[in-house]
Amino acid sequence: MKFPYSFPLTRAFCLYMGQAALLAGETFQSIFAGRIRWRLVLHQIVEIGFGSQAVVIITGIFTGAVFTAQIFFQFNALNMSTAVGPVVSIALCRELGPVLTGLMVAGRVGAAMSAEIGTMKVTQQIDALRALAVNPVDYLVVPRAVAMMISMPLLVGECIFFALTASYFVAVNILNVNSVFFLHHMWSYTHSKDMVMALTKGFVFAIIVVIVGCQQGLTTRNGAVGVGRSTTDAVVISSLSILMINFFLTMALNIIFPAGGGRY
Amino acid sequence: MNSKTDDFIKVRDLRQTIGTQEILKGVNLDVPKGETLVLLGQSGGGKSVFLRHLIGLMRPLSGSIKIEGEEIAHLDERQLEPVRRKVGMLFQDGALFDSMTVFENIAFPLRERGEKNEKLIREKVANALELVSLQGQENKMPVNLSGGMRKRASLARAIISEPSCILYDEPTAGLDPIVSDTINRLIRRLQSHLHVTSIVVTHDMISTNHIADRVALLREGKIHFSGTLADLHASRDPVIRDFIEGRSHEID
Repeated sequence: MKFPYSFPLTRAFCLYMGQAALLAGETFQSIFAGRIRWRLVLHQIVEIGFGSQAVVIITGIFTGAVFTAQIFFQFNALNMSTAVGPVVSIALCRELGPVLTGLMVAGRVGAAMSAEIGTMKVTQQIDALRALAVNPVDYLVVPRAVAMMISMPLLVGECIFFALTASYFVAVNILNVNSVFFLHHMWSYTHSKDMVMALTKGFVFAIIVVIVGCQQGLTTRNGAVGVGRSTTDAVVISSLSILMINFFLTMALNIIFPAGGGRY
Repeated sequence: MNSKTDDFIKVRDLRQTIGTQEILKGVNLDVPKGETLVLLGQSGGGKSVFLRHLIGLMRPLSGSIKIEGEEIAHLDERQLEPVRRKVGMLFQDGALFDSMTVFENIAFPLRERGEKNEKLIREKVANALELVSLQGQENKMPVNLSGGMRKRASLARAIISEPSCILYDEPTAGLDPIVSDTINRLIRRLQSHLHVTSIVVTHDMISTNHIADRVALLREGKIHFSGTLADLHASRDPVIRDFIEGRSHEID
């Protein structure tokens, strides 16, 4: 039984995945059992959802703008400038919107969760919760998980909306693409299934960010240095997980919501 | 006293290891209902580790821990909740929730146990604050309190839901003699008025003389001595004498 346990990295990975899976299991068990503190959920929605809007909107606007410009420069050489709309729209709905929102939220919210819970851990506040007969998963993880699962799809939708608005503005007002053709083609090739895919990805990424952030926080050790390490790890692990799981999600969701096909 | 039925806490052969170091090497200890036991021992000797086992914050490697006759050593987090409602704990550094005011910290156990009557919560918090001489501090954040005030606020939080047993981890460490005396009197008062069972982990002999019904000395992972305060002072055991008189055998 030496392999794979003889490799420290493999062992650490297995241990981490096990801990994360157990935390996810306990969290969903509590959610389905109705142990949800709605007052804390609302507080977290304000912190996570409302507080992340500026970051997500700015990300959306500039991603939409620069992506439109680059696609236009390539397509215009082939006299296909009106195809910019659908390309940008589909790319944003299916990939860029959810992934970029996920990465921004992982950076902002995942880091904050890990730092807050990690500080509570090293200052014995988690032990104080337990000593007062309050389950830390119910009190700290469940409200954040529910708030994230509500907020993330909305943030993804918001990111895509602002990205497409910026795309229209750049294409029509700066790059002189015909407004009617741009909108008509965008509308023809973008389907509700693309939006469903975006929101589904947002929901899955919410679970990744919250479980990784909280798991890192709850396993923090060694004082301030440990809090710093947990916070960095939370952002790195959740960002990489989003990028990797996004590929598998794309492949799976493409079976349910196959790409392609115009309305006309 | 019939210790078989009246023991609130009964610990048998408790063992614990942290890393490669064996911290507890088979601790046996009984605490009768309504008594205050002071657990003495050197710093780093495992006193706090022992205390954490009594409320399920650590799981023993082996051994038995019974709270009011119920074995808790192998209970999971949710099964431990009823036990934790009976046993309050004062942490060494207070462990107040730093995102809440003093009032919210002290009201926390009541709210978590479903108390909705805000008037009653305010009354109980005011009484608890008065008990620990912290009136007028309810709107402060923990970060703006001194060490002694944090400890007293934490004590108010531990006693507000009226547990039958309170575990004190170094309640007077780092406090001035007057605040220490306030806390000692409070521990005494809780015992005489509410018949609260207490375990106080300390190495403060003044505090021990003030509050102890019984004293135990933890040394090298085992209970070296257990008896009354009079037994402790009458003992000729050199280890106990060194501890009482604060004598080190290290060469200058």
